[in-house]
Amino acid sequence: MEKKHFLSGDEAVAFAVKLCRPHVIAAYPITPQTVIVEKISEFVASGEMDCQYLHVESEHSAMAACMGASLMGSRTFTATSSQGLLYMCEMLHYVSGSRYPIVMVNANRTIAAPWNIFGDHRDSLSQRDSGWIQFYVENAQEALDVTIQAYKIAEDPKVSLPVMINLDGYVLTHTYELVDVPPQELVDQFLPAFQTTNKLDFEKPKSLSFSAPPEWQTEFRFQQFEAMEIAKEVINQVDKEFGRVFGRTYGGLIHEYCCRDADYVLVAMGSVAGTARIVVDQLRAKGKKVGLVKLRSYRPFPKEYFQDLGQRVQAVGVIDRDISFGYEGAVYSDVKAALYRPGAQVKTVNFIAGLSGRDITKENLAQMYEPLEALALGEKVSEIQFTGLRWT
Amino acid sequence: MKPQVVKNYQFPQSKEQMPFGPGSEAGVLIEINSGWRNLRPVINQEKCTRCLICWLLCPDGVISKDTPQLEIDYDFCKGCGLCAYECPRKTIVMEKEG
Ligand code: SF4
Ligand code: SF4
Repeated sequence: MEKKHFLSGDEAVAFAVKLCRPHVIAAYPITPQTVIVEKISEFVASGEMDCQYLHVESEHSAMAACMGASLMGSRTFTATSSQGLLYMCEMLHYVSGSRYPIVMVNANRTIAAPWNIFGDHRDSLSQRDSGWIQFYVENAQEALDVTIQAYKIAEDPKVSLPVMINLDGYVLTHTYELVDVPPQELVDQFLPAFQTTNKLDFEKPKSLSFSAPPEWQTEFRFQQFEAMEIAKEVINQVDKEFGRVFGRTYGGLIHEYCCRDADYVLVAMGSVAGTARIVVDQLRAKGKKVGLVKLRSYRPFPKEYFQDLGQRVQAVGVIDRDISFGYEGAVYSDVKAALYRPGAQVKTVNFIAGLSGRDITKENLAQMYEPLEALALGEKVSEIQFTGLRWT
Repeated sequence: MKPQVVKNYQFPQSKEQMPFGPGSEAGVLIEINSGWRNLRPVINQEKCTRCLICWLLCPDGVISKDTPQLEIDYDFCKGCGLCAYECPRKTIVMEKEG
């Protein structure tokens, strides 16, 4: 029987990690992630969790410790945020390049300067090319469920890539909701013990994370590229299997809402998707054919889905809680590149919104659908729009 | 023990033969690797007390104690000079390579 708990997003992650029985946790605190490793330390102290809990001296060391543990065949976990994620950047590449299926939660928080501890996606999106699978979740329940899914995806021998689960700072990390916590037996059944051959073994000594000369780098990079392509399929399968065991599914790489007959849709990642669905309902009630695409997996990116969407709808708006200075929102660039296939008539607009914790309100979202409607009617609108900007 | 260089090492000929990620069986040496050495450590066997400090500290493990006298494997010694620096009796001299 599932038990309902009143949990914050951070606590929901800690419960999920406990259920996944990792061998090693590397902990270094940073707001707004700290509650995760704090809660886990309570589980360890009370004996509810049996694992090595390492107090490391930095995020760089946290990831290095996870890598060391993973190369001994251990299931590992760490959590970070913002500046901490940037500090472990070097190790992110080491881990993905060496193919260790580490699972990490990143509590999305903006990057200084200006200093601010509130949420946006500039931290994780800056690590786009680190070779990690990146999920964005909408609520505490999804955070818990995706953490369990993440181990299964990461540890699939065909994938063997690290996974970063992104949780909007404060809006998710510190907000309480009722969360179903599945029983241990079901999680054990869904997630078997971690098995790998990519580890140190006294019987079969290996040299790991070796250097590869120019003649061989490309082949190793191709392996990573292929693993990400395979991960697309595995992510969808694992979500379905999760649904069979636990009764909840999320749609895999993306989740569509009212898109089937939509004329224009918004694309969003993370917690804002929940608010956006309410706005879709309101606009639908007024007869507007609007939809919402929740992008759940940013890497691997569901290119094929957007290629198809570009043939079905007239206008697409992308909400970016980030900006790539000198160009546009990072998510927008990717979505646009996939949408615009030869002959595609779709029009696009980018909303830079919710930077460093500024609320994206229902009114903001309703207003985002206006330029989309205008585009669908053949009018011109400016392509990059800063939501709620006081002046230009 | 002097490592054996695998002659005629077969690099992967197909995708299937590629190692999974940058990891493979340990201790497989496919060529000698000492071309970057410009100083060569030479042990004065008469002064050596066999304290084994050099053997213990050599970062490449190329000093052998399996023979009556310590032997340095010049096929894999990188010439770092650590052994000479650490030898308590200053028994190892770094000589210029020809
Ligand atoms: S450290 Fe010097 S004295 Fe000791 S074993 Fe080596 S060469 Fe001989
Ligand atoms: S020079 Fe360096 S590599 Fe060579 S034997 Fe001495 S310690 Fe070992």
